[in-house]
Amino acid sequence: MSFPGVKALEDVDFTLKKGEIRALMGENGAGKSTLIKCLTGVNKFQAGEIYLDGIEGPIVNKDTMDAQHKGISTVYQEVNLCPNLSVAENLFIGREPMTKIGTVNRKEMNRRAAELMSNLELDVDVTKNLEEYSLALQQMIAIARAVDMDSKVLILDEPTSSLDDHEVEKLFNMMRNLKSQGVGIIFVTHFLEQVYAVCDGITVLRNGMLVGEYEIEDLPRVKLVAAMMGKDFDDLSAIKKEGDDQVSDELFIEAKGCSHAGTIKPFDLDIHKGEVIGLTGLLGSGRSELARVIYGADKNQTGTLKVDGKEAHINQPLDAMKLGMGLLPDDRKAEGIIGDLSVRENIILALQAKAGPLNKIPYKKQCEIADQFIELLQIKTASRETLIKQLSGGNQQKVILARWLATNPDFLVLDEPTRGIDIGTKTEIQKLVVKLAEEGKSIIFISSEIEEMLRTCNRMAVLRDGQKVGEISGNEMTQEGIMKAIAGGGSDE
Amino acid sequence: MNKIKNITKMQLFLPIFSMILVMCINVIYDIANGNAALNFFYITIKNGVLFGRLIDVLNRGSEVAILAIGMTLVVSSSAGTDISVGSVMSLYGGMCCMVLAGYGVTNVSEYKQPLIVGILAGLLLACVCGLFNGFLIAYMNIQPMVATLILWSAGRAIGLLLCNSNIVYVRVESFQKIGGYVGFLPTPILVAAICVAVASIVLRFTALGTYIQSVGINKKASRISGFNSAVIILLTYVICGLFAGLAGMVATSRIYSADTNNIGLNMEMDAILAVALGGNSLGGGKFNLAGSIIGAYTIQAITTTLYALGVSSAQAPVFKAIVVIMIVVIQSAPFKDFLKKFTAKKSTKEVAA
Repeated sequence: MSFPGVKALEDVDFTLKKGEIRALMGENGAGKSTLIKCLTGVNKFQAGEIYLDGIEGPIVNKDTMDAQHKGISTVYQEVNLCPNLSVAENLFIGREPMTKIGTVNRKEMNRRAAELMSNLELDVDVTKNLEEYSLALQQMIAIARAVDMDSKVLILDEPTSSLDDHEVEKLFNMMRNLKSQGVGIIFVTHFLEQVYAVCDGITVLRNGMLVGEYEIEDLPRVKLVAAMMGKDFDDLSAIKKEGDDQVSDELFIEAKGCSHAGTIKPFDLDIHKGEVIGLTGLLGSGRSELARVIYGADKNQTGTLKVDGKEAHINQPLDAMKLGMGLLPDDRKAEGIIGDLSVRENIILALQAKAGPLNKIPYKKQCEIADQFIELLQIKTASRETLIKQLSGGNQQKVILARWLATNPDFLVLDEPTRGIDIGTKTEIQKLVVKLAEEGKSIIFISSEIEEMLRTCNRMAVLRDGQKVGEISGNEMTQEGIMKAIAGGGSDE
Repeated sequence: MNKIKNITKMQLFLPIFSMILVMCINVIYDIANGNAALNFFYITIKNGVLFGRLIDVLNRGSEVAILAIGMTLVVSSSAGTDISVGSVMSLYGGMCCMVLAGYGVTNVSEYKQPLIVGILAGLLLACVCGLFNGFLIAYMNIQPMVATLILWSAGRAIGLLLCNSNIVYVRVESFQKIGGYVGFLPTPILVAAICVAVASIVLRFTALGTYIQSVGINKKASRISGFNSAVIILLTYVICGLFAGLAGMVATSRIYSADTNNIGLNMEMDAILAVALGGNSLGGGKFNLAGSIIGAYTIQAITTTLYALGVSSAQAPVFKAIVVIMIVVIQSAPFKDFLKKFTAKKSTKEVAA
């Protein structure tokens, strides 16, 4: 299968063999998503042709449905299922098993769904609504749906960005299994380790152009990064923390026995000024939830919270913001961006909320602030009036980050700030975190990548099953130490 | 070519285009009938007041224009429509006239209370209605259509209770003033103009517009960013109630009576239509107030045109529907795409030539 010359990109050739897992790599805006959209009929392309095994002549996909019929299935970065339908309904949407009289055969549908789930070792009640499951499980279900549709080509667009290591391994097994059945898989990801763990070949794009198609053996990590960035890679280890010099003795946050029923059990947590504290744990361990309680996104129901030495009563995020806090949520689409508003409006949003509805920030000032952060964070956007939903994921994240930086916060919660973001931006954000801490700001940093947390955090709190189970600092802060603590059984208290 | 493209890209292009379309029908009709071509725009002074078809459109369209302001805001903030506004208009009438005439009295030629007390009582009740709607929607998470259905059906009955099941007449000249004339200008035009002006100024000089749109686009994200989504939704419904009260004030004054069964009847639908004709998505989010206002007057222009064409009031809705279909289709996304392709083809041909 090949298709030369997609013009929205620029003369990109892409080849995928049967039974091959090919990584599609590139920085934000390199054209990965556009390429995929062309393949699946979401975008029309002006020039070039697509050939698919078993079908004569170039194929034209009118829409995703059409592509699916031809055997090209996609699972997108953000889950595109219906949260208010059951898992089974989501799995069989558009191809429901029918009874003889033409109604949906729910029994059959649920049976087949349950079978599919158990084949993939997913512990899911298929009659429950999709929204009751975590983002990670929703992602797995989306993949299961694609897998079940007899795909010749399976496109996975950042499928692992919301999965933890265990789930990633499960997914990889699934992918290897499919590969042995002759399915070709296009795997888009920002995680370098994962590319080398599962892929056979790599195609690299940059600025809408093809850099090259490589076999995995021919392209070691350093070369891959260089190919993606188009320059010699500024080593990540360069931002290794220098020590804890900037951490002050003063506490900014003092939480004692805070909790929110159903999400996080009572916890104590102190955060110093100028400190980056990492929250680590598996997905659903309560690491996001803990931060949400401090920020007031979920109301604190027990215990006391002192902010900057004074007892604080936070009923809603606005209260927290007035105390100098900010929260960058992990679910960018649902809780971060205001899609139909411009980049400018998205950037000044929190600042405006703090100012109140009657103190409108003058338009000129808004533009200044927006321009300043577009420049500072190098946000790639056509103009400040571009709608944020038209930006790529990484740039959207930068806009949200700008929204909080504009409020000049003393304390920031960054929940998976680098998820789904290319390696260059990732480094920038990590550098920024370290720089903010040096300026005396306190930061909660949550990430699934332990490596990244080791680079940025002064101290880490470990969570398991909705409970804070310990803290790690100093010499214990190593990959193994953290893994042990997460897994439990260690004596890290 | 580029200029045309830029103009068609403007947000207000289609609403204005629709308005012009309706006016053109008038012009064509006038020419066909041998009248002056611009008869529609012809304004004279008869009996000391302004007179003409355009004035009639502006005058009669006042209520819907006022309603459209509030409707635009609730559509934006909650992706839902307030279908109780017509009933709230009649409730205003019931309350205001009851206060002015006294409970149980059906016909007065003198106020029991000063006029302003009656108006304020009516507007207060309208705001309470908005508060009720807003509370159900913002805090009880009831769907806007269902929540406002309650007052849509109960509103007129409550109005009847207030008026002891009678039509209360207030035959005082100053009461009729709001539905009548100031100098040579019909007062409803003035009231609508003030309402639109105040709303525009408030939206222009406060950040309320950003608040409402942000909440309407993404409630959760807005909350995280420090907006109190529930309060904002509640507020828009209260504002919608207030404007419904103001529209009721005009309508009541026109007929100087609290005819609770007929004041504002079916006007909620016109208000919703006005918002849609203005190019606003009923799915919430971004809004354009000017579009809604133009939409409101377009609807009235259609009605007035039909009457001028001699269509009987019984058949008018059929023709109104046809015009509305045309306007809605012109504004729809597939039609716009078609138009884009069409112009694109044309321009490539020009290049080739």
